[in-house]
Amino acid sequence: MDNIIEIKNLTKKFKNFTAVDGITFDVKKGEIFSFLGPNGAGKTTTIKMLTTLASPTSGSILINGFDPAKQQNQARASFGIVFQDPSLDDELTAYENLNMHGMLYKIKVKERRERIKQLLNFVELWDRKDDLVKHFSGGMKRRLEIARGFLHHPKILFLDEPTIGLDPQTRNHIWEYLKKMNKEEGTTVFLTTHYMEEAEKVSSRIAIIDHGKIIAQGTSEELKKSTKTNSLEEAFLKLTGSEIREETVKNQVMTGHARVWRK
Amino acid sequence: MIAIYTLWLREVKKYFRSKSRIIGSLGQPLLFLVALGFGLGPIFKAAGQGDYIQFLVPGIISMSILFLAIFSGISVIWDRQFGYLKETLVAPVPRWQIMFGRTLGGATVAVLQGIIVFAISFAFGFRIHSFGLFLEAFVFMSLVALIFTALGTAIASVLEDMHGFQLIMNFLVMPIFFLSGALFPLAGLPKVLKTIVMFDPMSYGVDGLRGTLGGISQFGLFTDFWILSVIVVVLISVGSYVFSKIQV
Repeated sequence: MDNIIEIKNLTKKFKNFTAVDGITFDVKKGEIFSFLGPNGAGKTTTIKMLTTLASPTSGSILINGFDPAKQQNQARASFGIVFQDPSLDDELTAYENLNMHGMLYKIKVKERRERIKQLLNFVELWDRKDDLVKHFSGGMKRRLEIARGFLHHPKILFLDEPTIGLDPQTRNHIWEYLKKMNKEEGTTVFLTTHYMEEAEKVSSRIAIIDHGKIIAQGTSEELKKSTKTNSLEEAFLKLTGSEIREETVKNQVMTGHARVWRK
Repeated sequence: MIAIYTLWLREVKKYFRSKSRIIGSLGQPLLFLVALGFGLGPIFKAAGQGDYIQFLVPGIISMSILFLAIFSGISVIWDRQFGYLKETLVAPVPRWQIMFGRTLGGATVAVLQGIIVFAISFAFGFRIHSFGLFLEAFVFMSLVALIFTALGTAIASVLEDMHGFQLIMNFLVMPIFFLSGALFPLAGLPKVLKTIVMFDPMSYGVDGLRGTLGGISQFGLFTDFWILSVIVVVLISVGSYVFSKIQV
């Protein structure tokens, strides 16, 4: 099997709004794949459907050969994820966060200990392992989440804007970790980011989504060539236009809340 | 099963780690014991009902379990806001196990709190009817704790943020407590009130504890036990269902 992720005609509709509109693309085993798009284009919604957190309205997904809507647990065991927002337990230590993750993924005690040590050393947090996560900086939390994402040897690691709000040093480190793990353990990496330079540097292939539709895909060279531009950023702006986007999905969800409370 | 244990462990660890939470949640039961126990005690006695502390303590133990259990359940909302919920929702284990582990953990914490209040109540002159029934008392505390942790979890699973919190406190938790017979005897109540009390699950927990710790039960321990057990099963099932339907 060459493709580790296969997506066909995937659609997600909310009440009167289509967040993802019939997208089709594949991700090859072992590649670093960038999924780019302006705010509200449908990136996060797509990742949610790929990772069993939301169910598709129509279309099909295969993750490592499993359908996340039907074979949820097999699909879940196949991937690790670093969410856009923090998802650590602040009241637990770094070690406990990883250990509980390992327990949930049923990794045996001995292997778990070794793997946690290896990964905490890898993201340079071993000496802080017994500190509560609430005392960590944003960059440290991110690094810990990346260690956690790799803990159970996933086939795929999803990262939703992993470097947002971090300083250049941490960003560089994070890309190094990802490239290294991709190379050494063969983990397929699926990421979204707004830093075009970074996407250009690390990814083998790129898909651009806008208004819920895939509008271009290929290597960054191909994208630049087809748009006759010199950088991925220019290509991106040419493809998606330069006006500022409202985050439609979030607005939708928020009016949803308001409605609940008005009842 | 390790998933259930993991989520249980998380709740218990966090409880022991947060000393301010343990001490903080003792404030209210102590206040009730002092203000009501000593304040209304003389009237209660004059009315020929005996020692009010003896009557009140099982109600106050139930109250502290109720509050802590509901809060533990509601913590699903915090986890949603702080993101940890997603981490558990993508784990390769059935969602009901996640919910069950959380509920067991929350209930354990609530029972521990109940036992602390129970211990303190001796300082207020409470005397246990028979130590032989302590195990049964523990069972009733556990049932009450499970019911309300599951209820809190179920509610929190369908809410998206804390805006509804006041609503839950004033229109659910407070009525469950005040209309449970925790503070007053059922004999001679107006019919409407008595009917409401009969529909409050908490009434059977309070009655069960009063029966085991104080030796006086209105409904009978057997009835209390069965009613509570059925509610536990129903609420854990409903809670698991709504929890497994969470989309974030």
